[in-house]
Amino acid sequence: MRTSYKLTQNIDWITIGLYALMVILGWMNIYAAVYNPENVTNIFDFSLNSGKQLVWIGASVVIIVMLFAIDYKAYDSLAYVIYWFFILLLLGTLAFASEIKGSRSWLVITESIRLQPAEFAKFATALAVSKFMSSINLRQQNWKDQAKLAGLALLPPTIIILQNETGSALVFAAFTLAFFREGMSPLILIIGAVGVFVFVLTLLIPQWYLAAGVTVLMAAYGWFNFHRIKRFLYPYIGIWVAVLAVVFSVNFFVENVLQEHQRNRIKVLVDPDIDPLGVGWNVTQSKIAIGSGGFLGKGFLEGTQTKFDFVPEQSTDFIFCTVGEEHGWIGSLVLIALFMGLLIRIITVAERQRSVFGRTYGYCVASIIFFHFLVNVGMTIGLAPVVGIPLPFFSYGGSGLWSFTILLFILLAIDAHRKLDLGR
Amino acid sequence: MKYLEGRKYVIQAIFIAIGAVYLIKLFFIQVLDDSYKTAADNNAMRRVVQYPFRGLIYDRDGKLLVENTPVYDLMVVPKEAKAIDTLKFCQLVGLTLPEYREKIKAARTYSYVKPSPFLQRLTNAEFAAIQDNLVDFPGFYINARTVRGYPHQSLAHALGYIGEISPRQLEDSAYKGYRQGDYLGVSGIERQYEQYLMGQRGVKYTMVNVRGLEKGSFKDGAYDTLSVAGQNLITTIDLELQKYGEKLMQGKTGSIVAIEPKTGEILSLISAPYYDPSLLTGKELGNNYMKLLKDPVKPLFNRPLMATYPPGSIFKLAQALIAMQEGTLTPNTGYACNWSLVKCSHRHPHPSNLGIAIEQSCNPYFYQVFRSVVNKGRSANVFQDSHLGLDAWNKHIKSFGFASKLGIDLPNEKKGLMPNSQFYDKIYGPKGWKFPTIYSVSIGQGETGVTPLQMANFAATIANRGYYYTPHIVRSVGEKGKPLPAYSEKHYTSVDPRHFPAVVEGMQRVVESGTARYARLNHIGVVICGKTGTVQNPHGKDHSVFIAFAPKDDPKIAIAVYVENAGGGAIAAAPMASLMVEKYLNDSITTPARKRWEHDMVSGAFYKWGH
Repeated sequence: MRTSYKLTQNIDWITIGLYALMVILGWMNIYAAVYNPENVTNIFDFSLNSGKQLVWIGASVVIIVMLFAIDYKAYDSLAYVIYWFFILLLLGTLAFASEIKGSRSWLVITESIRLQPAEFAKFATALAVSKFMSSINLRQQNWKDQAKLAGLALLPPTIIILQNETGSALVFAAFTLAFFREGMSPLILIIGAVGVFVFVLTLLIPQWYLAAGVTVLMAAYGWFNFHRIKRFLYPYIGIWVAVLAVVFSVNFFVENVLQEHQRNRIKVLVDPDIDPLGVGWNVTQSKIAIGSGGFLGKGFLEGTQTKFDFVPEQSTDFIFCTVGEEHGWIGSLVLIALFMGLLIRIITVAERQRSVFGRTYGYCVASIIFFHFLVNVGMTIGLAPVVGIPLPFFSYGGSGLWSFTILLFILLAIDAHRKLDLGR
Repeated sequence: MKYLEGRKYVIQAIFIAIGAVYLIKLFFIQVLDDSYKTAADNNAMRRVVQYPFRGLIYDRDGKLLVENTPVYDLMVVPKEAKAIDTLKFCQLVGLTLPEYREKIKAARTYSYVKPSPFLQRLTNAEFAAIQDNLVDFPGFYINARTVRGYPHQSLAHALGYIGEISPRQLEDSAYKGYRQGDYLGVSGIERQYEQYLMGQRGVKYTMVNVRGLEKGSFKDGAYDTLSVAGQNLITTIDLELQKYGEKLMQGKTGSIVAIEPKTGEILSLISAPYYDPSLLTGKELGNNYMKLLKDPVKPLFNRPLMATYPPGSIFKLAQALIAMQEGTLTPNTGYACNWSLVKCSHRHPHPSNLGIAIEQSCNPYFYQVFRSVVNKGRSANVFQDSHLGLDAWNKHIKSFGFASKLGIDLPNEKKGLMPNSQFYDKIYGPKGWKFPTIYSVSIGQGETGVTPLQMANFAATIANRGYYYTPHIVRSVGEKGKPLPAYSEKHYTSVDPRHFPAVVEGMQRVVESGTARYARLNHIGVVICGKTGTVQNPHGKDHSVFIAFAPKDDPKIAIAVYVENAGGGAIAAAPMASLMVEKYLNDSITTPARKRWEHDMVSGAFYKWGH
């Protein structure tokens, strides 16, 4: 290890620039969301979310400096330690935390400082799976290793579901994208996509029609292309049975396993009027806020829907409504472009890592941020179910901002030392 | 592992695809679909109509007749009023605990988050006491609004009142600017001058939050319009005279109308029985209105404009004027007081000229005067002659403003009745009537109907020696405005002004030595001219009527007094009219003798005097 290694020259300033831009824009939108025209307060007012967010941003800078100061090798070598530490923390929270807003996920440090370990479990799990990935050879199709990997990735969300934070748990599904890059069969992604497709279809179409439709289609295809499927007759029938199973099990899942409010969140995607004063209200008001923004938006602090409480959780989960209402389609374009730019930059950074650990971690970072973006923006415009997860760097909240900062800057810290790494 | 590197493109493609799908969806809802903008406006924008102050109404000297009085309602927002010291609050507003709970429950039933009235129309004392302590009771606040207020209890009929617009009016295109719940003038000046009094409503756009609570103005009020206060009205009414007249008429039924002859301005317009105008304001309007409506003495009936009576002997003045114009009478014409034609009210020497005839109010004399007009010899056929004669007479009498609406600036004026040939043809057939059939018209009985307003206008016409201005009650719209143009136009009668002095002389004699000696104003050096009338009433005691003007040579006031069932014109109407004139010209009644008269008139002593 050369001591004269110049850190600043190797830090990826493009990512940092994008990060800074997003955090500052987020902060301004939080101010707009909590802005009260009757009682105008300063953006720095610490009694408001915008003022507090500035504190979280300041703390993030400290965290960033610390992350660069720590020996970059520690992330690799201590990955499992960090992972198990957070598993214990999650279990501890589950056991001892008092219920806040229906979930046992908050760690109350002082009255005003509360942390959500579930947020930090993301980067810990990303480190652990990357570490594990770098230690095995996936191509050998060792089912034991695959099971261990799956176990590593599924343990935290299981505890989080027990904490009643289903939204945060869903995020762990994002790791499949990283696994895919490292060799996981695309079939799993395709099955996942088909599963979601069928899932939505079962909500749109009564299950018996759907079952009948699939049967008729497959029978017709089999009849006219019998010479082709002759060889795969049994697998073909197997697919038919599988699809029917999915259809009926989805229905069973939706009607019997999901809780009432969860069921409504999905159903509302199909029919916003299903629960007009509950979840349907949120989605409708959110779309009204964004839709009323027009092409150029109403202007900074001029939004009427995001103020006056028409949109719930304006500064946290529904922060995108403020962007859409006050800055219009152009604002949406800028926000989406920022996310696309950041995600592609992260992939570029990941791909230039010499270690499997670094690369896998990079993809985990990209996948997690992407999943949050996908669900958060999707729910505000009625394309995804309402799941309470924040929009990275934009949503108000210390735990969220810090966890994304740590997630991203561990990658940048590893990346900054990539030239020292010999790779495997 | 090289072959896996290609998968980075797959992953990037997924990212880009989702970003693109979202941008397209956003383009649809943000740019292409306008319904979200409408929904947003409906959500967060509230159009609040700003009601202007209704115009005030003053008397001719600038004394306030109608004002806007603030009333204070104590409002409550149940959601915010949860954590208060209930006991202390009950003490403050003077309620018992169960009453308090009842009221809170009622408010909560209406809305948990919107304000609703808790106590309405606080007195000033209550308001002061509560206002100071309200800071301790969140969720309660005072809402000020205005209702019509009346510093004096006078002139109710003419002022009219305002009320909520009726469902029928809402459908009428004439009221298209109004909305449900709006107030507008229902009668009197309030109705007639509605368009000036109402002012211009403003609109304020306020933003509301999800619970419907106001959150400030939209775009700092850039789209708001200010309300413009209604215009004030200066009436022609002399409040002191009006009050005095009402005092004289208390407990009686009838009218007093006083007009300034030079302008047609109405100095007082008294309809008895009358009511306190403040009864028809605010929330008790409906109840009080029903009470007044059911009252057997009909206090809501605006007699000066709506009651038509036979004019009685005051009509003899008109007969004389028309006959002189027709050339069948000169001031020196004498007729015998021939009781075989028609009975006279009392014994008196044969009137050898018009002056004496008026002074004595001689019925046979005016029988002959009227006959000379009707049967002037226009045709050899007696029926034809009466036809032509009556129609010629009718034209003249109409030029005095009888049998048609004068056009006063108040609603519901009645036109009255003066017969013509057509009228009698309908009753008796074309050959069924001639002069002896209709003779009672000569002395103002029979098929005649005149409103007290028309009588006063008649007095003003004689005072002016031949013309009148349409009587009106509003002198100017706005402090420096003018009356409506219709009221500055002279209306000449068809009788030449040169015929009027003889009648005026007769009227002077009526007061000096004739039937209305009680009306003399010699003690203040004023020459008053008048004419009594005693209207036969088949249902009871005669109606007492008197018209007059004064001073003779520079008339400042013309007056008609009509007191139902009071007996002869001389004993009720004449003294009242002269008291009114004295009050107007001299400001007060001073001598003990006149005070006695005043006392007798107010107390209605004449009801016991008999006839």
